[in-house]
Amino acid sequence: MIFVTVGHQTPFDRLVRAMDSWAAMHPGTEVFAQIGHGEYEPEHMRFARWLSGEEFAAKLEACTAVVSHAGTGTIMQVLALDKPLLVLPRRAAFGETRNDHQVGTARYFEDQGVLMAADDEDTLPARIEALAAWQPERGISDTASAELIERLRRFVNDTKTA
Amino acid sequence: MKVLAVSSGGGHWVELLRLLPAFEEHALHFVTVNETYVRDVPGHEFSTVRDATRWNPLGLLVVIWQVFGLVRASRPDIVVSTGAAPGVLALAIGRLFGARTIWVDSIANVDELSRSGQLAGYVADLWLTQWENLAGEGGPEYAGKVL
Repeated sequence: MIFVTVGHQTPFDRLVRAMDSWAAMHPGTEVFAQIGHGEYEPEHMRFARWLSGEEFAAKLEACTAVVSHAGTGTIMQVLALDKPLLVLPRRAAFGETRNDHQVGTARYFEDQGVLMAADDEDTLPARIEALAAWQPERGISDTASAELIERLRRFVNDTKTA
Repeated sequence: MKVLAVSSGGGHWVELLRLLPAFEEHALHFVTVNETYVRDVPGHEFSTVRDATRWNPLGLLVVIWQVFGLVRASRPDIVVSTGAAPGVLALAIGRLFGARTIWVDSIANVDELSRSGQLAGYVADLWLTQWENLAGEGGPEYAGKVL
């Protein structure tokens, strides 16, 4: 099962529409989408508008791959489970976010070799085909980097003695 | 010591949880916007405030009131936040009550600091970005990432 999620803030119909078209052309593959309060309702894949934390975790566990917006929360949750992940960044020009920060997020994580990114909905289908065979170069840690934890600890200790 | 850990939902919350090893010897009180997140932090003090952004002035007033009440009751030694609006407010109000404050700007802000991250510069004793290119003189410090 491919799990599609747009996160829990603004709608992302561009992704939902693209995945619905893909599902129409691939009836043998089960696709489930969490679509938020988008206007477009899928016709070729099962969907829910919202999932509780537990439902979300269950879908993540059950799926073979994830296609999502480039939100850091979603990205880190998916990568923590070592699932193949394809992201389509939200764009401000389409009213999908207030700025293009997801483009930078997608670029960074793709450069790290931990996920795949699609530039737009037209290149999404080809990347989904590649996703099935794709292996992340490495997983991510369970916590922040040692450098960041150490910096915070130092600040806490300074506070103690202040 | 008492640490008030504050964040909005989604990525902000996931990033906050990844910082916790730095505070494990201390009493943590979480403040966020989604009641179901309590399951992520069993055994800790946990409160929610309204989810408001800077685009909603009335909502922000409610959040200021809620955060003020929580800080006054909790009297933290440290306030830490990964964003967004409720986090900056918690840092500002925490300072009024004598807390030292930490801002970790979200890893999502690759090319520029978030608006709340810019404001946090005025009220954070430790002001961090996760991007080296955004750090520097007069700006935040870089000290690694949440992954």
